[in-house]
Amino acid sequence: MVVAPSAASAMPFVPLSVDQLREMARINRIDCTDMYMAAGNGHFGSSFSCAEILTALYFSVMRVDPDNPEWADRDRHIFSKGHAAPTVYSALIRRGFMPAQWMQEFETKVGVRLMTHPSRRYQPGLDLSTGALGHGLSVGVGMALAAKMDRKDYRVFVLMGDGEIHEGSVWEAGASAAKYKLDNLVAIIDRNGLCVDGRAEDVMPMEPLKQRWEAFGWETFEVDGHDIPTLLKHLDVPRSGGSGKPRMLIAKTIKGKGVSFMEDVRGWHADVITPEQYACVMEELKEPLP
Amino acid sequence: MIASLAAEGQRTKPAPFGHALATLAETRRDIVGMTADLGKYTDLHIFGKAHPERYYQMGMAEQLLIMAAAGMAKEGFTPFATTYAVFAARRAYDFFCLAVAEENLNVKVVCALPGLTTGYGPSHQATDDLAIFRAMPNLTIVDPCDALDIEQAVPAIAAHNGPVYMRLLRGNVPLVLDEYDYKFELGKAKLLRDGRDALIISSGFMTMRALETADLLRADNVQVGVLHAPTIKPLDEETILREAGKNGRMVIVAENHSVIGGLGEAVASLLMRAGVRPSSFHQIALPDAFLDAGALPTLHDRYGISSAVMATRIKSWL
Repeated sequence: MVVAPSAASAMPFVPLSVDQLREMARINRIDCTDMYMAAGNGHFGSSFSCAEILTALYFSVMRVDPDNPEWADRDRHIFSKGHAAPTVYSALIRRGFMPAQWMQEFETKVGVRLMTHPSRRYQPGLDLSTGALGHGLSVGVGMALAAKMDRKDYRVFVLMGDGEIHEGSVWEAGASAAKYKLDNLVAIIDRNGLCVDGRAEDVMPMEPLKQRWEAFGWETFEVDGHDIPTLLKHLDVPRSGGSGKPRMLIAKTIKGKGVSFMEDVRGWHADVITPEQYACVMEELKEPLP
Repeated sequence: MIASLAAEGQRTKPAPFGHALATLAETRRDIVGMTADLGKYTDLHIFGKAHPERYYQMGMAEQLLIMAAAGMAKEGFTPFATTYAVFAARRAYDFFCLAVAEENLNVKVVCALPGLTTGYGPSHQATDDLAIFRAMPNLTIVDPCDALDIEQAVPAIAAHNGPVYMRLLRGNVPLVLDEYDYKFELGKAKLLRDGRDALIISSGFMTMRALETADLLRADNVQVGVLHAPTIKPLDEETILREAGKNGRMVIVAENHSVIGGLGEAVASLLMRAGVRPSSFHQIALPDAFLDAGALPTLHDRYGISSAVMATRIKSWL
């Protein structure tokens, strides 16, 4: 089923079922493809790899209010891997934060509201402008510290790419989040394994990643980043009486997931899509992923 | 032992920044202090002792320092983040620019060792911080002169809504401006004394040096005015143009910064744009070079920012 964009704000939001979330992830990939088609190119691979993660966050886990994007008690989400912006635009639009018509203008001319990297100046519902990598987790630490100081029960979710964790600032944040026992902070690494210049592990080896984060003092889980029930189970940390540890999900994903000719192909980090390829994508995305 | 800029016997106040921030935080619950393992050397430890529940030690991690401050500012706090100027300007620039300035967040970055205030050599001498930060949109830049200036600047920058970079004099800081009926106002330059022959426009501790220089030159019957411009950005264009345009006198800009990209070039371009022509224009600034290490008084003489050298140079230009 398709969830109408306006439905969310018209009545109290009910978290979507697992089947509905799978359908929302399908819509997310179609929205991304449409935006990239309008723009002439785009970051298909990293947009598709995190579709289920974003869908789980915005349509089940996070406490947000599209009518009040700056609601003080909302859960925060920092889309640190800002290059895949359309996937977060789709989530925000389908959740009711922004009008659907904005998608048609993505990157088509000067002055449009949606552009390659997310910006709070133009788009409601974001918690940080991103695009320069390695910023999100440190800002998330500050927001999670602020929640503790204010005795508020909101949670801070930070989604990073697995190339992004080459940045030293990510590890500075990792140490501090453990030091300050930020169990209201959940970081997700979209571990799709591909960077611009090649395999992430060739560009810069980061394994054993789980042990590294555990050694930093994080509660760390390796999960299938396309499996919605698993994501729901691990993303939804307690609002109070938590573990005393920040949580890290290393989400194993496939770059370009859902489109056979894009899956795990380096060239689809950012590429031009032809009308013939567009038709193929739409054919492959006719059904939700199992 | 922290090297002090104070001359022997000069009046000083200890840790004016730390005390001013601690006092301000008594009435402003949103004030937070954060540092990157330099609380002691940025006088923030005074605040930390007074308000331990609002003091955050982020370790030697300047990128995290600036961005965690951004996160706090997003949630309504007003963080004062301290480190050395070289680390904020050179190491954390991208994070400061995009996570703080682009979103116009209420983060105050207060940095010790601006310009040539340590003899440790180029790794710790921030001779380029103003050049780096002046190009950052939304950023307000403050370069106070003495303990009084710092005390008054702290509540003023806290009251300003947006990011601020402040150059900090730490430890036993000279007290000079209380003799001049002076009050810090953000964005305002203040004429401390007038003089028919030359006008020195200055910021930071170079205002103290400018006043000393004016005293030295008075003995030779040379009358030198001093215009203190502690807000580097936005510059008080109106006051600077008015004073620099008076009776075609010589204008000298004195700053504790490289000759490139600091107050001197800012004033020069302002005068050119406005068509204001002093009889001549000179810069007293640090050379475009990586400076030597050594004792500060020696270095200040070597690089021409001691009052004795300043007075000699100004006489040669008259």
